[in-house]
Amino acid sequence: MRNRPPRAAPVRSVESPAISRRRLFGAGALAASTLTVAGCSTPLAAGLLGTQLDPEVIVYWNLFGGGDGVRMQDMETAYREEYGESSLQATTLTWGNPYYSKLTLATVGNQPPDVAVAHLTRAKPLWTGGILDPITEKDLAGVGLTTEDFNAQAWKAQVTDGQNIAIPLDTHPFTLFYNKEVCDQAGLLDADGLLVDLTGMDAFEAALAEISAVTEGLAITVANVAETSTPWRFFWTLYNQLDAATPFLEDDGATISVDEESFLEVMGRIQSWVDQGWLNSALDYATSQTTMFTGGSGFYLQGEWEISTAQSIDGLEFGMAPIPQLYDRQAVQADSHTFILPRKDRSPEQRQQAMEFIKAMLEQSFTWAEGGHVPSYMPAFESAEYQALEPQKYYAASADYAVYDDPAWYGGSGSTFESTVGAQLGLVQQGVLTPEQALQAIRAQLEIYTSTPSPL
Amino acid sequence: MRHRTPQAWLFLTPFVVFYVAFMIGPTVWMFFASFFHTSTVHSGLGPFAGLDNYLEMFGRADFWSALWHTLQFTLYTVPPLVILSFVMAVLTNRVARGQWFFRLAFFLPFILPSATISLIWVFVFTPSTGLWSLPARMVGLEPGAGILSDPSTAMIGIAIATIWWTIGFNFVLFLAGLQDIPRELYEAAAVDGATPWQQIVRLTVPLLNRTTGLVILLQIIASLKIFDQVYLMTEGGPGISTQVALGLITDTAFTSNRIGAASAASVLLFLIILVIAIIQQVVSRVGTAREEGS
Repeated sequence: MRNRPPRAAPVRSVESPAISRRRLFGAGALAASTLTVAGCSTPLAAGLLGTQLDPEVIVYWNLFGGGDGVRMQDMETAYREEYGESSLQATTLTWGNPYYSKLTLATVGNQPPDVAVAHLTRAKPLWTGGILDPITEKDLAGVGLTTEDFNAQAWKAQVTDGQNIAIPLDTHPFTLFYNKEVCDQAGLLDADGLLVDLTGMDAFEAALAEISAVTEGLAITVANVAETSTPWRFFWTLYNQLDAATPFLEDDGATISVDEESFLEVMGRIQSWVDQGWLNSALDYATSQTTMFTGGSGFYLQGEWEISTAQSIDGLEFGMAPIPQLYDRQAVQADSHTFILPRKDRSPEQRQQAMEFIKAMLEQSFTWAEGGHVPSYMPAFESAEYQALEPQKYYAASADYAVYDDPAWYGGSGSTFESTVGAQLGLVQQGVLTPEQALQAIRAQLEIYTSTPSPL
Repeated sequence: MRHRTPQAWLFLTPFVVFYVAFMIGPTVWMFFASFFHTSTVHSGLGPFAGLDNYLEMFGRADFWSALWHTLQFTLYTVPPLVILSFVMAVLTNRVARGQWFFRLAFFLPFILPSATISLIWVFVFTPSTGLWSLPARMVGLEPGAGILSDPSTAMIGIAIATIWWTIGFNFVLFLAGLQDIPRELYEAAAVDGATPWQQIVRLTVPLLNRTTGLVILLQIIASLKIFDQVYLMTEGGPGISTQVALGLITDTAFTSNRIGAASAASVLLFLIILVIAIIQQVVSRVGTAREEGS
């Protein structure tokens, strides 16, 4: 609120044609001090002088907190053990819009990290804005990677304008968590204690009715209060299962092209589940979880990353499954964490080094997969180790039919688009809006973005 | 003024350089950029936009709602911050022994960074387990989703945190003003039989006029600049129910990468603050003139 003193500006020594004795002395002292500082090549000196940090050091930005953050740190440690203690300077920043703002500003200001993590859907606007260096076949070949080493769906999704813009580390689909105790009582588990096949709307709704009879209340929980991403993931999953589904946005976000009939069908269906008492009308993120954990419902929908939370609950018997195909075809909302190379002048050696770092991370995909994410790196995905990992192996296949958010300059995971649309979808689930009203509100609120030229 | 020498400029240079580089320069740039489709990711001003950015802001419901929230916050915080700090200063001034303790206690929160006070009050307002939930339940309030999660109360929560945080500054200004008032005046008033209440109303308040004017002006401007607490406590939520003008400007500039549109919004906010400051000055001048006239 009140002004804080401005940060000190970087000190640069300036060559002056007419140098007085006193200034010469001062400049000499400054030069001497910078020399000593620069000699150590500390981050401080690099910051003050605007020089690059030791070019041998990989500067790496990521956005992982929680369980992901711990696993990423393990992977970084493994890298340091191989390449030396000071080979890597890793910075973790809070995820969301501010992360991408910082990445953008650092790159525009010519001080980007060597490698950064970005969501695949957010890498697209970064690419359009000229923030990314493309990754060539030569870069990949230099560290022994080929296109075939990656999950086809994730790889296809990152290709933009015919260029590789990001290297996918994982796919993180929306998934179904189920409470085994509740589902057992509802007769929905097979002999192995796994959820039976619930393909088709009738089978799924019958299952919801059975669970509801067991819990005497909710059958399925999906967060929709103080939460905008989850309603979007829920909608985008079901919507894309319809044959008539069109992209929500086209022309980099300038056109809203959502198929109205499909939109109304999906949101009407969601509302009918609430009316039946199967689906919650108002639960926040944390409560939507605990309701299922404590047996208040049988199913709970969220990204697979919540596996760590579920595993930390003592005595909870839970399973995970792909979201069943309820309509015409298989589809599930997903995004990928990817590695990107921010735009920067790099020597061939530095490029190689950055690629080696990425390769080293990919090779630790199994560590990463323990946090729920489906590895995109096929050697890790196909390893016997991963194929035996429970409950990950049960939903791993859904990465193959993942549907990403449409590219738009204001779109992607955690973006303005998701929060605008998700808020309205959440209100439909709350019963505050009809699907028609929600669609109207979405169109009205997105108008600011569709009608202004992309700043990228 | 005639005695200004080149040396004076030399001494001023270090300050002027920073002031021009980080204050005047960007402000001038802002005025220019507001007429262009300037982007964060491209250098230069970008294509000329004419008045498009301004027209867009006038047509945006969320811009008006952000302005309203800024005003709402100002209305919630300015009266308590002026009146309460005055009361606290008067009371403290009457304490004979251990005055330092009250001065310290009232001023202490002000030295905390905004991040710290935001954390403290987010804890206090945590639904069902926070400190606030206990008295709230005792007076029969529904705990519900918590003060900061309800669109109708979130701004009140932010206002309470802000009052607790910044009241010490106004308190110190008032206390300094009070200590400038000669004691003899009070003695004379007491001899004339004025009650303590009459002394406050007839002596203290009029003699503090200038201080009060200053406090009100500073407070209005500070409240219109609200950003930190909202960003840290609610991020403008739930929905956009606490999004304030500066929050909208930041989002437009650094999330949407639209420096041009954000500049237009900044210029509008600048004009609004200017108008309010002028009105406040005029009102207080008129008030003073009338007093001197009577």
